[in-house]
Amino acid sequence: MSTAPVEIDLPEIDESTTVDRPWIVIVWNDPINLMSYVTFVLQKLFGYSLEKATKLMLQVHNEGRAVVSSGTRESCEMDVYRLHQHGLWATMEHES
Amino acid sequence: MSVWFKRTRTGTFRLKLGREEREALRWLCGQMRELLAGDVDEGDPAVARLFPPAYGPDHEDKNAEYSRLMRDELLTGRLGALEVVAESVDASEVTEEQLVAWMGALNDIRLVLGTRLEVTEDMEEVPDDDPRAPMFGLYQYLTWLQSDVIDALQEV
Repeated sequence: MSTAPVEIDLPEIDESTTVDRPWIVIVWNDPINLMSYVTFVLQKLFGYSLEKATKLMLQVHNEGRAVVSSGTRESCEMDVYRLHQHGLWATMEHES
Repeated sequence: MSVWFKRTRTGTFRLKLGREEREALRWLCGQMRELLAGDVDEGDPAVARLFPPAYGPDHEDKNAEYSRLMRDELLTGRLGALEVVAESVDASEVTEEQLVAWMGALNDIRLVLGTRLEVTEDMEEVPDDDPRAPMFGLYQYLTWLQSDVIDALQEV
């Protein structure tokens, strides 16, 4: 085995296919959506209990954002889409 | 306790809206359809609010792809909900499915009006002589109405 240093062309990593860092879905605070509505939508879309949905809604309200789900790019994109259907301000990104 | 929307024993919801309220809602649905169907002004912030990007601002390509794949479906859903409201706005009762569509349509209208008004969280009123006063009054009315729909859907 050669131990001589060789230059290796590392393959470019396509972030969309990186599997070890999951994606997260973030709901952002906005001044229009009602608190009761955001809680209702989080329960409806993700099956969260009233308690969990309320906690996430309050986090959005108080801290400006909350992570509401995580997973593969495809599942997160579907979650973002469903949140957009309901008028919530949602984006997705790689978990940092 | 909900006021305008009351769950009945059979699981439908009674609409306790006056004729003027129903007229106003029908008119708003028409205005929304005009805004969303046909030639849409993509630069209009109120339209943009209904079709937000899925990724952060640094991901133009991904946002364009998301928009290409999903925008039509989002639009179809929004127009569908407006259609449900327009069709059932004179009814005395609606089904739960219809009322959920009402909730979505009312929210969409509020998103458009709220964006136009540049509302803030602590904006409770605007002076009567402010040119935005009529639109803000309508916005507030829709806020009560939507809130009432949510109450009604959650009452057992």
